[in-house]
Formats: sequence, C-alpha cells, structure tokens
Amino acid sequence: MTTTEPQSTKTTVSVTIDGNTVEAIPGEMLIKVAQENGVYIPRFCWHERMKPVGMCRMCLVEVDGIRGLPPACTMPVAEGMVCHTETPAVKQAQDDILEFLLVNHPLDCPVCDRGGECPLQDTTLAFGPGESRFVEEKRHFEKPIPISNVVLLDRERCIQCARCTRFADEIAGDPLISFVDRGGHTQVLNHPNHPFASYFSGNVVQICPVGALTAKPYRFRARPWDLATVETSCTQCSVQCRGALQSSSNRLVRLLGIDSNAVNHGWLCDKGRYGFEYVHSDDRIREPLLNGAIASWPQALDAAADALRSARDLHGAESIGFIGGARGTNEDAYAWSRLAKGVLGTDNVDAQLGDGLPAELILGVERASIAECDSAAAIVLLAPDLKEALPVLHLRLRRAALDLRVPLIDFSCAPHGLSSEVTHALAAAPGEQGARAEQLVAAVNGASSDGVIAAAAATMKARAGTIVVVLGRANLAERSDATVQAVAALAQLPNVKFLSALRRGNVHGALEAGLAPGILPGRVTIEYRDAVAAKWSAIPEAPGLDTEAMLRAALEGKIKALVLIGADPIADFPDRALAEAAVRAVPTVIAIDGFHNESTQRAKVVLPATMFGEKSGTITNLEGRIQRVNQKVSPDGLAMDDWRIASELAFRLGHDFDLETVDEVTNELVSVAPALAGGSAQLFRSARDGVRIPVAQHHAEVQLRKGLGLTLDGPDGVSWEPIKVEAEITVESVPENGNTQDAFALLRWDGGSVRVDLPGRDAYALRLIGSVSLYDHGSAVSESPSLVGLRTVPKLLVAAADLQRLGVPNGTEVHVASANGAFNIVVQAIKGLQPGVAQLAAGSGNAANALIDAAAVVNDVRVETIR
Amino acid sequence: MSEAVETPARKEVRETLIVSRRVREFPDDAHTFERATSDGAYEIWKEVLRRADVQWIHDEVKASGLRGRGGANFPTAIKWESLPDNGLPRHLVINGDEGEPSTFKDRLLIEGDPHALIEGVCIEAYRIGSHRAFIYLRGEFALGADRIEQAVHDARAAGYVGSNILGSGFDVEIVVHRGAGAYICGEESALIESLEGKRGMPRIKPPLPIHVGLYSEPTVVNNVETVCTIPHILKMGGAQYANLGVNRSTGTRLAAISGHVNNPGVYELEFGMTLRDIIFGIAGGIRGDKQLKFFLPGGASFQWLIASDEHLDQVYDIDDISAKLGTTLGSGAIMVYDEDTDPLLVAWRLAKFYAHESCGKCTPCREGSGWLEKVLYRMSHGQGRPNDMDALLDISAGISPDVMKAPFTQTTICPLGPSPVSAIASLQKYFRAEVEAACAAGVPA
Repeated sequence: MTTTEPQSTKTTVSVTIDGNTVEAIPGEMLIKVAQENGVYIPRFCWHERMKPVGMCRMCLVEVDGIRGLPPACTMPVAEGMVCHTETPAVKQAQDDILEFLLVNHPLDCPVCDRGGECPLQDTTLAFGPGESRFVEEKRHFEKPIPISNVVLLDRERCIQCARCTRFADEIAGDPLISFVDRGGHTQVLNHPNHPFASYFSGNVVQICPVGALTAKPYRFRARPWDLATVETSCTQCSVQCRGALQSSSNRLVRLLGIDSNAVNHGWLCDKGRYGFEYVHSDDRIREPLLNGAIASWPQALDAAADALRSARDLHGAESIGFIGGARGTNEDAYAWSRLAKGVLGTDNVDAQLGDGLPAELILGVERASIAECDSAAAIVLLAPDLKEALPVLHLRLRRAALDLRVPLIDFSCAPHGLSSEVTHALAAAPGEQGARAEQLVAAVNGASSDGVIAAAAATMKARAGTIVVVLGRANLAERSDATVQAVAALAQLPNVKFLSALRRGNVHGALEAGLAPGILPGRVTIEYRDAVAAKWSAIPEAPGLDTEAMLRAALEGKIKALVLIGADPIADFPDRALAEAAVRAVPTVIAIDGFHNESTQRAKVVLPATMFGEKSGTITNLEGRIQRVNQKVSPDGLAMDDWRIASELAFRLGHDFDLETVDEVTNELVSVAPALAGGSAQLFRSARDGVRIPVAQHHAEVQLRKGLGLTLDGPDGVSWEPIKVEAEITVESVPENGNTQDAFALLRWDGGSVRVDLPGRDAYALRLIGSVSLYDHGSAVSESPSLVGLRTVPKLLVAAADLQRLGVPNGTEVHVASANGAFNIVVQAIKGLQPGVAQLAAGSGNAANALIDAAAVVNDVRVETIR
Repeated sequence: MSEAVETPARKEVRETLIVSRRVREFPDDAHTFERATSDGAYEIWKEVLRRADVQWIHDEVKASGLRGRGGANFPTAIKWESLPDNGLPRHLVINGDEGEPSTFKDRLLIEGDPHALIEGVCIEAYRIGSHRAFIYLRGEFALGADRIEQAVHDARAAGYVGSNILGSGFDVEIVVHRGAGAYICGEESALIESLEGKRGMPRIKPPLPIHVGLYSEPTVVNNVETVCTIPHILKMGGAQYANLGVNRSTGTRLAAISGHVNNPGVYELEFGMTLRDIIFGIAGGIRGDKQLKFFLPGGASFQWLIASDEHLDQVYDIDDISAKLGTTLGSGAIMVYDEDTDPLLVAWRLAKFYAHESCGKCTPCREGSGWLEKVLYRMSHGQGRPNDMDALLDISAGISPDVMKAPFTQTTICPLGPSPVSAIASLQKYFRAEVEAACAAGVPA
C-alpha cells in the first residue's frame, strides 16, 4: 500500500523519532517514516507522490549529529538516526516559518474557498504563532486570473510550495505553469498565450495547500463544513479512480481524488473530476416517455414488457437484442443479463458497440494489474492513445517509463501521449499489428531479426518480470482482427499478462456479468450453465449476436425489439451508416438512458435511469478490480436504478427476481458467477482498495477497511490529503478455491486463428486511423458546462510528407472521402504520424464514423483539395 | 613573477603579484592572444601535456594548499579527490557569476587575462578527466564574455583547446555561458540548474555537485581566481606557493577594496597582512582625512568589523579571522565606511539587494529578506519604531537561528538566506545605541 521507490533492499534501518525507535526502509524520507509511525511533521511542499523539493521549510526537525535544522522531507533515514520533532528549536522554527508564510498571505479566509479545509489555516492553528508582527504593506497581485478554462489562480494567496508546478511537470508532463520573478515577487504563472490546458489540471487545485488555485465548478458553491461526502469511484472510464464525492443541498459539487495505490495514486483527470456536472443538467430525462409523451412508470414499463413479450412470442427470443450496459454498475449489468438471457432467452446481448474487442478475448487472457506495470519487464502498447482514452492509466505508465525505467514497446504508428517515452516504436500500420507481433514473438524466441524488432526483443528478454501488454482497440476504422491476431501471437510470450484498455466506464463489469454474446456471469461461456441454472429459468442454447451482427440482423428485419441500455449506437458505433439504418429498421426500440440522443429519438419507450452519484453498487475496472460506488444525492426526477428497471420488466414478464436491495443483487451475482466466488456485498463494501477477480485467486491482496464509512481525517489531520486507512486486516475468510464452483470453468481464450488479409492500397489513398478523444461528444462532456468548452474541432491529421505529395496545403479545408461517405474537414500536418495513414477522431458521434465501413478490414480515404 | 617568488615579503605592506601579474604589467593588451603567449601563456599547459602526469598536477596543487577563492575556502585538491569513479562523464564548471555588491576581483581576470583562465581550465580538465568545461559568466560581463569567447576562439585556433590537443590525444571543449542576471546563480547548484536551462534555484544537498552535478554527473565547480592560480602553482611548484601566506591560508588572494578609501581597486595580497595594513597601507587610508567607522572584511554577506585595534590588528588569515572575530574573508571584497556613514542605510541597501536577489525557493529567505528590507527602509528613512531592532533580530532568527553567532546556522537551503542577517547582527553588536537613537528621534526622510 505504500509506494517506495527505493525497493532495492528489503532490510530495514532503525530510526528513533521523538524517543520511539521504529523500523524503516533505508532511503525513505524522514517525513514519511514519521507519518507512518504516527508523528505528523507539518509540511506544505512535500507530497507523497512527487519528488521532494525542500522549499517551504515547514518540516524542519532536529537530527542528532547534524548541524542546524534539516528538513524532514529531504532527509533520507539511515541506521541509528535519532530525530526530534518537538524540541523548542523545532517549535520556534515552525513558528517562524508560518509567520513568514503569512507575511504576504492576504488572510482573506472568510471569502476563500479553501477556508475550513485549508492546510495553511490548519497548520497555523496547530503549529503557528497566534499573531503576526508584520506591519508593512503586503505584496499585491491582480486577484484571480484564469490560467485555463477551468482553473483560476490567486497569486496573493500562493505560498510558493511548487506543488502545482511540479505536478504539471513531473506527473502530468504538461509543464505549462512555472515560477516567474523572484524573491517576494515569486509567482506561479502560465506562459503568455499558453493556457494551462492539461487534462489533469484539476489535480493542482486539489493539492494546492492554500486557496490560490480554484476551479470554476466549485468556486463559491459551498463551504467545506456544509459538504457531505461519500467515498466512491469515478465511472467516466474503466480505470475507475477512487474519489470522494461531495454534495451540498442535494447537489453534487465536487469530486476529489483519493490516493489508492492500486489504481490512481490520488489523481483524477479533468473529465472525471468535473464530469459529474452532467448529473444535474437541465437536459436530463426525468420522466418515462411513451411514444414521446410523458408517461407513468407503470404505463411505460407495461408497454416495454408488452413489446418484448410479443417479439419473443411472435418471432422467437432471437428477435430481441440488448445493446449497452457498460455505463451502469455490476448489479445493473447482472439484472439486464438475467432479464435478457435468463428470462427472455436471447443471447443477442452486447455491452460493447463495435468499438471494443471480443469478450472471450478480454475475459479469457491472463489479466495484469495496473500496479504490475510498475515492475514490468516491459510494457507493450497495443492500445489507443491512453492520454485520451484512459488518462490516469496514462499517468501510471508515464511514471513507470520515466521514474521506474520500464521500457515501452509501442505498436502505434501515430503520435500519442506516451510517444516521447517509447523505447521501441514498432510502428505497425493499420491492419499490420498481427504480422508485426508475430515478428516480435519470433525474435524473442530466437528467430533472426533486425532493426527495431531485434532491439525490442532484446529489451524484453533483458529484464526479469512480467511483460504487460496494454490491450485495446487502437483504431476504430479497422476491424479488431489484426489486434486479435497480435494478441494470439503475444500470448505465446513467457510471463505475459494483458491489461485491457477498453474504455467505457464499467465495460469490464458488464462483460463479467454476462452482457456479451456467448458469456454467462462470472467469466464463463454459456456451456457452463449450472451456476445460473438455480436462479435463471431460461438460458440460451447457442451464442447470439454481437452489436455489429445485431445491427446487420436488424437491417434484414430480424430484430423486432431492441433494448438500448444507456447506449447510442447511431453516434457510438463506428459505422454510422449501418447503425442509423439498423436502428431505423427496428420496430420497437426501448431506451434506458439519462439523456436524449439520436437513438432514443427512435425509441417507443424511454425509461429514465439514475446516474453517477445517484446510485450505489459495485463496478469492475480494467484490471478486474471490484470497487464500491456510492449514492450521494437523490435521483433527479423519477429516474430509477437500472437493476430495478430490469426487475420490473422481468416481473411483468412473469419472473420475480426477488431482489429488494442492491446488496441482494450483488450477492446473487456472486452466487452465480464463478469468478466472483468468495466475494460478497459485505466484502466489496469494506475492502479498502477493492477486490480483484477472480476473487479466490487474489484473496491475499484484499485489505479490509477497519470499520465502515468514510473519514476525511487522514493521518495528517487535514482533509486535503489522500484518505487513508490506518489499520488494515487481511481477509482470511476467502477460500482458495471458490465455493462449489469449478475454478477451471473460467474462460480461457484459445488464441483463435484470425488472419488478416490486407487489401492493397492505391497511391492516392490514406489508410484511416479512427482515434478516441477525451473530450468527445458523449453526454458527460456535452452536458457538463465546465467541459463542453474544452472540446476541440477534429482535424484530419496527416504526415507532412503526404500533404506535400498530395499537393494539399497544411491547415486548409479538404474533401475527404471513403467508400462509405465524404465530407469537408480541415487537414493538419502532424509530426510522428507514419506516412500513408490519416488520423481522425472517431466513435462517440464524431464525423469520422460516416467514413467507416464496419465490414472492411481497414478503411482507406482519399483527400482532395476543394476547388 | 620570479621576483615575487624569491622574496616572500611577509607582513611587508605591498602587493605580491602572481595571478594578476600579467594583467597588471600589461593592462592594455594582456587579454590578447599575442601578448599572453609572448608572456608565457600555455607554456605550463604544454608542459602538462608533455609530462602526461595527472598525479604531478594533483601533488603540486595539494602541496600548494590552494583553497577555493569563491568564498567557501575548500581545498581544491581535496575536492578532486572526492570525485567518484563511477564511469560517468565528468564536468568542469567555472563559476564566473561574480555578482555580489563590492566583489569585482574575478572581473579583473575575466576581462584582463582570459588566456590564464583558459590555461587553468585546460589543466584542471586534464587533471579530472573532463572533456567539456563550462565557463559560466555573469550576464552583465559583456566585455568579459567577448574577451573570453575571443580567447577561446584563438586558443582553439592555436590548438590549445579542442580535440587531440597538440597531438596528445586529449580533448577538451570550452563552452562559454552567460547568465541572465541572477545573483543566486553564483551558488554552485543554482548555477548548474541554470546551465541545464532551468530556473536558477539551489538544489538540495546532499548530493553535492562533485557526486551528482551537471546533468546528474560528477561536476567540479571552481571559482575563476582558483582556476587561474593553478598554472602558476605548477610553474613555481606547490611547495614554493605554500611558502607564501600564513598558516593554512597559503599564497595570495585578490582583494577588491572599495568604499571610502583613497585608492580603491583590486590588489593581490599575500595572506598574513593585518587589516590595518590593507586598509591604511594598501588602499591608502580613508579619503578626505575622515575617520574609519566600520568595514566589511569579507564582502556583503558577512559580518562587519569596526575601527577598533582588535579588529584592525587582525591578520588576513581565513581561519584565524573566523575563529577570533566571527566573520570571514568571504569573496575577497573589503568595503570601507567612514565616520559619516549611517550604518542603518548600509544595512538597508544590503538587505534590498538580498531581497531582490532571493530566488524565492525557501520561505525564510523569500519572505524574510523582503520583510527585513521593509523594516530597515522605515528605520533608515525616519520612520523607525522603538522595538524595530528587536523585531529585526527576531525575523533574522527565523532565517538564521543563531543570529549572533558565526558560523551561523540557517533554515534555508543556501547561504543567501542568512546573508542580510549578517548586517543585522553587526548593527546589534556595534551600533545598537545609534540605531535606537535614530528610531527614537526619527531622521528626516
């Protein structure tokens, strides 16, 4: 649970702090050793997740044998060190430093957002002088200036601790703010005409020890003592960072990152931090709708159940399809899965929208944990730009590469957030990842090779440890076949594990709960039906259709009822033409959603669903970690939890789920899901860093929270530090081998035998990469006032050499056309992109979807000047 | 030079020209390649390459007792011995960021005898096995930078600098880097940060630059005068050099004497003279027949002395003065003030400099220096309050807890923090009554 960079030696040293001798890892900083042994040394600049800088001088202590007062934050512990933190000299220094810090601080606490949770306030109260002797004029700066669209800076309040500048530089890799001027005029500023436009800018607001940095969404919204808080996880992407969700007057006002060593180190991306705003958007669907008109819940549910029943009775269960469910909780996903498969008997269920990877692959490969990347032999990137897709995973991998020196081997042929950290760039063009991976694996196995393949293979063999393959859908404009082929090859490597980079919030939980064709809850295929047989009345006999196949079946008139669980295929499916025609072709669309979208416009029944912060349950992140999400505010309007909606529909179809509380759903899921054997609602509720599945395999890493509920009083006694649990006990009740389930029932992906036959490319065509972007067209961005302005207009990115070759001036509007569609767009030359390819944001309502043919192995586009 | 070696004139009130001989003898053109080489420049460098004996350099410098002339007085040869043998490239950095008020002795060498500096750099680079040396010059040294760059150019053209020097197989490149006007960059770790292209702020020590310096590689940082002395030591022999001076203060040192003296300027002095000899003999006494009131024997950062016999009879000796009088010879500057000087005004002007030059890293220096400056401004401009002097001492104690002692301790990373405190301590020691009177009566602003 603690991170220690110097892990080279296991032996400890004895350090005496205020008379108590404790054991510590040599090289650890004294301030941290003291904290972990219950001695709080005050500090401002030191932050556990950043390198020490020794600026604020608040942590001065006495160490025997060292002259003067060394700072505890830059003092590595050594054998026999004797340290004193409460001597008169130390107390005097603390008094002095605080008086210095307050010399130029405006003391405008009554109007400061930080007031009440301010480290400077708290530390002054605990360690400082009662009054100042400063009678001179204070330093003056213009009051808050915006340094980005979201963050404001009040330089008068700043105490120059460099936490924000170090975060921007060291952690985020966006060194857009820094100190300017010097002495008493030292100030933090962004560079002229370059705003602090970082995906991680909100973190500097959270770690600022005063009210110098504030964020628009929270400014003047609440006082800290009026906030109510629950611990939860962010559901914007599948990293699922831990956070403290706070509300005032039944409105969500803030999400703070919580330091989970397993997941996020306390960081959040701005989309996660501010994306909660959409919960309170005016555009929320607040009442059930029947044929576009407001209806009562019974009316709407009856209509939906009738449509499903008549489709099943008239056309068979396979005429019903379920798309979506990756945005809810595991409990929601399980209820939908049981409704579709266990009640209606259809296996046409898919939580992914043609933008992911086959469920049996994701569920069936050996899964790596996020933390395993820190000590990996190498990290192989077979994934989209993680900075755009999974921002906080990007931070973890950036740290692994930069600070922990883990080599990165990259398949991408396009520049991305980690490009400058890549050790070996394999640069596989669209569709060629499989062939490239086979070359790499052959080279590792001793086949002769040269160039970057040989170098990458040598690197992979040179270090001990696991090879972690970060596995996602790097390109929405090609079928997943080449990626599948690459995984089949890479799976042959010794010591290889895979870290899924599927993006949608709870997609992994949904797949685990059975929201995929051919899959039953708990990482098993539909052949292993015994587990669910006790609860489920109908189980499909054969694997059903995935989203793409469902859409094609719908075009052929074979889908009579389509249930959209928080999904908008028209916008999100990469092939817009197919999705749009298919949704139109379905007679009855039933949508469960929080917002209207193009697909819900086609729905006969629209059922309002609860959203983030409005419901409790569990979710599963990309490493298979189950964590709790907690309700903080009451649902807006008449919105209902998904699992209740599914239960109500089942009830109307003659099946009583007999589920009254969310914990009952969790426990039923656990009871039928082999991978969850050993878990329970109680365990998930109290496991500090969550529980990885298969639970039985990872029981050793489960740590329980001592006592339930959230405390914002960390060991610091100040609320802005990461929430920590002081005492943990290890779970002993988790059985090694699950309950009665056969552990070997768990799905093992057999590697498949996909081969990719790439079509030839004509000289004027560019092979398309459909990329993802953080600020996309989804409702989390569109409906959050703080985020919507951050969205940029997509441009067609092309290598400069190609622009020159095609005779197209950089920055001009061009006509881009594929076999599927065409439109005009501005073209931009970009460094690092392989010639012969073009990159454009796709999925999530982006225009590129009009170009993509989902059936094509790869999609080629032509770029023409507009005459 | 030979005459200086022959008769070490201990206690005799006269200069001993070694490092500054060439520039004093040929003030108009000592900086030119022609004059310098006709005067013997690079002869020792050639000798070094001919002997190809690193140990010889080391032994001679060690025997000479040479200590760093930047103010810290660390023995140069001992610094070399501390270099780790870890296979990493080593760097030589010359600190020419001379920027303290009243300190201008390196400027004489930088502008006047650049070839001596380059010769010293080459020899030291050879000693430590560095192939890239950086001369970091104060940004304001425009003439100095021009002359050093021209000298490097000429030396390279003559084959004294560059690759395979004079067929020896040894390479050294010299990079001349100009600072951007920050006093803090004279602190060696801030200088290294600045060289790396970062904001000049001191680093946490340990590790010392000798272990983890420029680009995280072992780095020797030396003062200009120190480096310029090395060829002379090799020429005259380390033992000969050590015969000059007194006790562990061997050889000569450049002293920049300024203020109310008749003959201000840079003088090369053998250690061992008394301060009275220096002020009244070398510098010609107080101008206008005024009385000496007080003087700063070691530049702006260290404690003052007054016109007492105890202070004036103090020998110019690095260790003796700090043991006896609690101050140091610092950067080699001596500032002299006559009877009409208001010590408060001097303290304020010094505090203003340090407040302006604080890099902003450590809280006590960043906030404390500005606070001291504001209080001193009031006190020296007729708005003093009765308890201001005690307030000054209290504020000072926050920066330098043992404010009245020397060597002081500090709550900051580098010694810039305690620098203005020296003046406060001096006011307290020698002028408390005068300061209190000024604050009580008020002086017209």
